[in-house]
Amino acid sequence: FLKKKKTPCVGRDLFGYVGIEAVLDQMRRKTMKAGFEFNIMVVGQSGLGKSTLVNTLFKSKVSRKSCTPNYEEKISKTVHLQSVSHIIEEKGVKMKLTVIDTPGFGDQINNENCWEPIVKYVNEQYEKYLKEELNVNRKRRIPDTRVHCCVYFLPATGHWLRPIDVEFMRRLGKIVSIVPVIAKADTLTLEERLEFKQRIRQDLQANGIRVYPQKEYDEDAEDRILNDKIRENIPFAVVGTDKEHQVNGNKVLGRKTKWGIIEVENVAHCEFALLRDLLIRSHLQDLKDVTHNIHYETYRVKRLNESNANGLALSPLTLENGTLEKSDAESHL
Amino acid sequence: MKSEESEDKQYVGFATLPNQVHRKSVKKGFDFTLMVAGESGLGKSTLVNSLFLTDLYKDRKLLNAEERINQTVEITKHTVDIEEKGVKLKLTIVDTPGFGDAVNNNECWKPITDYIDQQFEQYFRDESGLNRKNILDNRVHCCLYFIPPFGHGLRPVDVEFMKALHEKVNIVPLISKADCLTPNEVKKLKDRVRDEIEHFGIKVYQFPECDSDEEEEFKQMDKELKECTPFAVIGSNTVVEARGQRVRGRLYPWGIVEVENQSHCDFVKLRNMLIRSHMHDLKDVTCDVHYENYRAHCIQEMTSKLAQDNRTDSPLPILPLPTPDVETERLIKMKDEEVQNNHH
Repeated sequence: FLKKKKTPCVGRDLFGYVGIEAVLDQMRRKTMKAGFEFNIMVVGQSGLGKSTLVNTLFKSKVSRKSCTPNYEEKISKTVHLQSVSHIIEEKGVKMKLTVIDTPGFGDQINNENCWEPIVKYVNEQYEKYLKEELNVNRKRRIPDTRVHCCVYFLPATGHWLRPIDVEFMRRLGKIVSIVPVIAKADTLTLEERLEFKQRIRQDLQANGIRVYPQKEYDEDAEDRILNDKIRENIPFAVVGTDKEHQVNGNKVLGRKTKWGIIEVENVAHCEFALLRDLLIRSHLQDLKDVTHNIHYETYRVKRLNESNANGLALSPLTLENGTLEKSDAESHL
Repeated sequence: MKSEESEDKQYVGFATLPNQVHRKSVKKGFDFTLMVAGESGLGKSTLVNSLFLTDLYKDRKLLNAEERINQTVEITKHTVDIEEKGVKLKLTIVDTPGFGDAVNNNECWKPITDYIDQQFEQYFRDESGLNRKNILDNRVHCCLYFIPPFGHGLRPVDVEFMKALHEKVNIVPLISKADCLTPNEVKKLKDRVRDEIEHFGIKVYQFPECDSDEEEEFKQMDKELKECTPFAVIGSNTVVEARGQRVRGRLYPWGIVEVENQSHCDFVKLRNMLIRSHMHDLKDVTCDVHYENYRAHCIQEMTSKLAQDNRTDSPLPILPLPTPDVETERLIKMKDEEVQNNHH
């Protein structure tokens, strides 16, 4: 694939072609061999279509429900987290996808503090990674179990965020990238959908909740334009399914009702395709980068400061005046 | 000819009673109190407006999350007079904003059970009072309970709510916003909810059995109605154009949902049941069963309290009136002695 470009020679320009481009190719080939890891958490009350949506996103049966034999649909009495990993492959690219489910969240009569097990889990993954990183003999590739993305399912009430939504997103928004979605959105007309989204965005702003893509992490103007467009549109109103139907001679993923077929991948019907593009096709790597460069670093700094305050030697790095000399963050895949 | 004459002689004429009752009822009008309960955003107001072709919630302002964090469960009442073909209905809708909306919903049904009990208590006092000409019946005749279509069946809060209320009011559970369910999903959910209602011993409103001498068509309709519960409903505040007609419906990019189309949802069945066929039975069951339960329970409590207070068992319960009217007290005491004297 090496292209020979003819560069005009002006002044101190390079003579000929160096081939720096080729490094991109090498990187590509290496990463393809190594594969990617992606950890996605789904949070929301029972019955909002979390498993179906995840299966639809990755076009495979990757949800916990699909992998558990004799799965019984019962409301669990406590919030616990369960993760299921799969290796999926597409065009030679391998991805180890881990879906973390949170059954029991928001299902009880008293849901106070139901977000705590989730906060604990997210921090535990950061801690695991930190410990590995601080090891004297480190693994070449630290296994990454950190939550790269947390999809939060909002019921399509059409009104505002509920108190539980605010409580959850306020807390988790500080430590993980939250992508809120309006679940089972086929109960909202387009008008209702727009109004609902507007109110949600107002609510998010009023409560100081930052969801992905966060404005302050836009790297340049190009990013900002792209992300602004996304920010004007969130939360995405989604519908999920694994069933196919015939529409105009084509097989489409959809939900068949007495009044029509809701085509999941048709952007005129719902925003599933936009969510998929965001999570997988355009921003997957960015989600991982933000997790690693920002959320994880924040955790790391906090922990190292804590441990120094306690006199515990957690880090082999030198400390000056209680602050750390920040090492360059390795770019991890 | 002869048989006709003899028939005429036999004819007393009270067969016209139903007509007389009918005429009096038309003059007097009916009243009906309907309660709606369920979390915010399940389409309760829209459904009420669709059922009674009203616009009761026109000036409502939705609370945002901040305002709702400290919201408690309220009871609000809207009364509207509806007239159709000369028949008047005074409809009272009791709404329960805030129910199930908080993070901690422990006992969020208490304000609702308290309200129902208060209406019973009010009626009990009025009924036992001396001037019974203009008793206002504010008792709740029916409670529509909205189950979200998003779940897989009943949630803990649904079970607890219905169990707290099933012996105080006629509960009619509904599957709300049914336009997000495919026909298969509706069936699955209905089966699941019915099973769970039985499993938890929840006594929802039962349609009375058909009289054996009813027409076949009516019996068939009745059977279909019973097998269809809980009703999966969709409501709409807007009129759309579908198949050349203007109907109440919801316009989606993928099609038009018609609220009154029986293949789309059970709205028509609910309306027929609630208004056209079972409104009177709902009131009867409220009076004969729920209210009587309350009354018996109340009297029992009072008499046991009296026994504790070392007073002789009185066949006529003495009502503890809030502001004892001396004259009334005297009259009651007189009556009391009269009855006791008659015993001896």
